[in-house]
Amino acid sequence: MTDAGSGGLVVDAEVSRGGFTLAVSLTAAAGQVVGVLGPNGAGKSTLLSAVAGLIPITAGRITLAGQVMDDAAAGTFVEASRRPVGFVFQDYRLFPHLTVAENVAFSPRARGLGRQAARSAASHWLDRLGLTALADRKPGLLSGGQAQRVALARALAGQPALLLLDEPLSALDAGARLDVQAELRRHLADFAGPCLLVTHDPIEALMLADQLIVLETGRIVQEGSPAQIARQPATAYVAKLVGLNLYVGQADGSQVKLAGGGAFVTADQGQLGDVLVALRPSAILISNQQPQPSSARNTWPAKITGLTLLADRVRLELEGQPSALVDVTPAAVAELSLSPGGQVWLTAKATEIEVYPRSSSQPA
Amino acid sequence: MVTRTAPSRLTARDRARRTARGGAPRSVPAPLLAPALIAVAFLVLPLAGLLVRAPWGHLGAALSGSDATQALILSLWTSTVTTGISLVIGVPLAWVLARSSFPGRRLLRALVTLPLVLPPVVGGVALLLAFSRVGLVGRYLDSWFGLTIPFTPLAVIMAQTFVAMPFLIITVEGALRSADQGFEEAAATLGASRMTVFRRVTVPLIAPSLGAGAVLCWARALGEFGATITFAGSFPGQTETMPIAVYYALQTDPDAAIALSLVLLLVSVVVLVSLRDRWLRGGAVS
Repeated sequence: MTDAGSGGLVVDAEVSRGGFTLAVSLTAAAGQVVGVLGPNGAGKSTLLSAVAGLIPITAGRITLAGQVMDDAAAGTFVEASRRPVGFVFQDYRLFPHLTVAENVAFSPRARGLGRQAARSAASHWLDRLGLTALADRKPGLLSGGQAQRVALARALAGQPALLLLDEPLSALDAGARLDVQAELRRHLADFAGPCLLVTHDPIEALMLADQLIVLETGRIVQEGSPAQIARQPATAYVAKLVGLNLYVGQADGSQVKLAGGGAFVTADQGQLGDVLVALRPSAILISNQQPQPSSARNTWPAKITGLTLLADRVRLELEGQPSALVDVTPAAVAELSLSPGGQVWLTAKATEIEVYPRSSSQPA
Repeated sequence: MVTRTAPSRLTARDRARRTARGGAPRSVPAPLLAPALIAVAFLVLPLAGLLVRAPWGHLGAALSGSDATQALILSLWTSTVTTGISLVIGVPLAWVLARSSFPGRRLLRALVTLPLVLPPVVGGVALLLAFSRVGLVGRYLDSWFGLTIPFTPLAVIMAQTFVAMPFLIITVEGALRSADQGFEEAAATLGASRMTVFRRVTVPLIAPSLGAGAVLCWARALGEFGATITFAGSFPGQTETMPIAVYYALQTDPDAAIALSLVLLLVSVVVLVSLRDRWLRGGAVS
């Protein structure tokens, strides 16, 4: 991987543990928030543990600001306590026997400051994160959002060169999450070093990260800006996360033959060979009879196999050539009497269909 | 087959309790009740006998008539020193057993906990063979330092430590094993060395178990008889601890023996009450 600039994190490493192998190559520049998105068991937490020095890597190397943290071939390893890393754990892990202020002062103290200096460093961070009023509380008496802030303050108080966040919002209830998310975004913007943020929530990733990496079964399957990944998912997992229909196909100018059967007329000219096709569930029209010829170029029959009520719409699962997810209003379900087993016709405008090349390394 | 519906009485109080908390009837089936009552009688009757036969009228005289005060003081301070020594050397050993791995760790663990099941008198014999003036180690202590251990208060402390320290080690080791190591990981990422982690995170987190282990250790040391009398003997004021004093008093002055036993019973009750409130409720680590 290329240089990440001064202060950046460069990971080019493998971790093998009990039959599972994580093989990751990534860089995070100073000031950049790199989101690591992936399903459970993809190796996200293993990646953070390796970068933090809680587990050694089995091959490759990790450097931070040009300094080697771990190099399997050279046998170099910097212990976790010697790495300039701040780690915000998913379950926060605030020390239950210490007050909020003592928790935040822990790192300055452990890194060699005197009692008085550590206390004043802590009070600086408490003030900055709006926690001064909670300074004398024990962690057991904090709300989820407060505990999250204390965990962040505790990590930042050690003046780390790199910040690691493991599912920072997953322990919060939905109400607190939005507030904490906006606040976290502000604090991350203030942080000068690189930041790795692990999540399985696409919204969280889109909101907080500048750059996204999608991890599946220990490998990076896609990387890019959040907008790009949301629009052109490379795998079924990402497509499902962002709520898109995704097909693998062969492009031939204005037409794409789909691997699972069926074909799309597309507006994108000039795509040839292996491609991915993304289609929003709300961009597909549904009707009971074969529609009259119209400007829409793709029409195909399908059978309803499932209905799910989402917040404001109904998501239909349809089996056909190709199969698809289609979003309609509850009113449409009633008017067209859509029910499982029913035969319907689907229509998609060629201009709604996103076609993009599929890189050979990406499994679909 | 038709199920017969046989109504039974349900008092308002039981009804309220079962509505609130659910669960089966509180009454005990007869086949369980009878043996349970026998067990209670067996455990409680001897203590009741002690209370009934106590020379309440001249308790003070019975106590002062023997070397009770001397023995009690000796027992209290040696048990306390034993507990202190056990904390200083036993807790690190518990950490080694719980957290490190090396060949023979399981064997070491078995050896360390052997005194828990070993008859104390065997421990006393073993100590004698090791530390007597002609013993394995004792002969060098004697010839190099002029130090003779058997039949001194130091021997009392050694006998008690041999028997009681494993209680502390086992309690603390269990707590260390079940403690959430996530906190220690967090401390490491915050820059804490392994010793700092131990001091500022591990020990405070297992403090309740540490306390429980220390009290168990102290109580066991207080009651120690077999190893002590074998290795330290029974010189009044020097090595005659309370249990030994009780044993001898019973042969010459039963009233004094009962009075001494009452004192030990009182100390035990105090220990139990303090344990129940602080540590034994709900188990080890909070």
